[in-house]
Amino acid sequence: MSNEWPLWEIFIRGQHGMSHRHVGSLHAPDAEMAIKNARDVYTRRNEGVSIWVIEAKNIAASDPDAKGPLYDPSNSKVYRHPTFFNIPDEVGAM
Amino acid sequence: MDLKEALERFALRMGDNTLVLGHRVSEWCGHAPVLEEDIALANTALDLIGQTQFWLGLAAEVQEEGKTADNLAFLRDAWDFRNLLLVELPNGDFGRTLMRQFLFDAWQSIYLPRLAKSSDERVAAIAEKASKEAAYHVERSADTVVGLGDGTEESHARMQKALEYLWPYVGEIFATDEADDILAEAGVAVHPESLKDEFYDLVTRVLNEATLDIPQDLFFHKGGRNGVCHTEHLGHMLTEMQWLQRAYPGATW
Repeated sequence: MSNEWPLWEIFIRGQHGMSHRHVGSLHAPDAEMAIKNARDVYTRRNEGVSIWVIEAKNIAASDPDAKGPLYDPSNSKVYRHPTFFNIPDEVGAM
Repeated sequence: MDLKEALERFALRMGDNTLVLGHRVSEWCGHAPVLEEDIALANTALDLIGQTQFWLGLAAEVQEEGKTADNLAFLRDAWDFRNLLLVELPNGDFGRTLMRQFLFDAWQSIYLPRLAKSSDERVAAIAEKASKEAAYHVERSADTVVGLGDGTEESHARMQKALEYLWPYVGEIFATDEADDILAEAGVAVHPESLKDEFYDLVTRVLNEATLDIPQDLFFHKGGRNGVCHTEHLGHMLTEMQWLQRAYPGATW
């Protein structure tokens, strides 16, 4: 049996940010303590207004060895970037 | 005793509690069992020192002797301190530190929101700010007390031992005097006695959840709040805390 607390990945929504961003990871015995630890470790300089935590083992990740087949095909498809449109300022951030 | 003297005594008591406990908790910096707890304890210590600046600042202002919060923190000797004996006790193990923190936080989390309604604007403003910190502190320390109390055989035994060691120091919170009566009368600070039921309800609920047995002995130590007799530990703590200002008077950085 491991004596280590499980690893949690921490996501913080910043003061002006619109989405939660991954800021790092920490150890905690359960989700509630993970949020408290995240508050103490990652928001002590007033960085956040919302915290998400997820146990690291619950994150499914893509296979690093499959980089080629996964990402290379989208390399040269510039027409997929919506940079050909002018967005009026009134629309705000998208 | 007039209202001014009572207010000075009250501000010293509040500030000395947070100063001494803040220093004690800061002693864990770099030594806590896990990184996350180390940072959390340092945050708590900083919150308490921050509150100290306000309370001792108020005490200095009421005194009108031209002193500052720093003067009061670093240039008074043990017999002038008015903190509870509870907060000057040595940290012991992590469990005892967290048990003491919980007992203190439980009281502060009830006391400060009431003080935020003080007829004295300065008291109300300090309490308003501090009560948010206390609300978080008590949530965290209560969770840890439950986690360790209702944890392994060893953690349970350590928490029970910590509770038995600290319990005889809890009663001093309610060992009131004339200053408390005067302040309650003037609406400056609620009478500590009026918080007793709520405090023991909260503490009992958490300690029950932590599967710990609350000692039934009614005896309690006192002498800190009224400055009559501190424990031997306060002097040692001040020696370390005040060393720099004592050795190099007026040093700044």
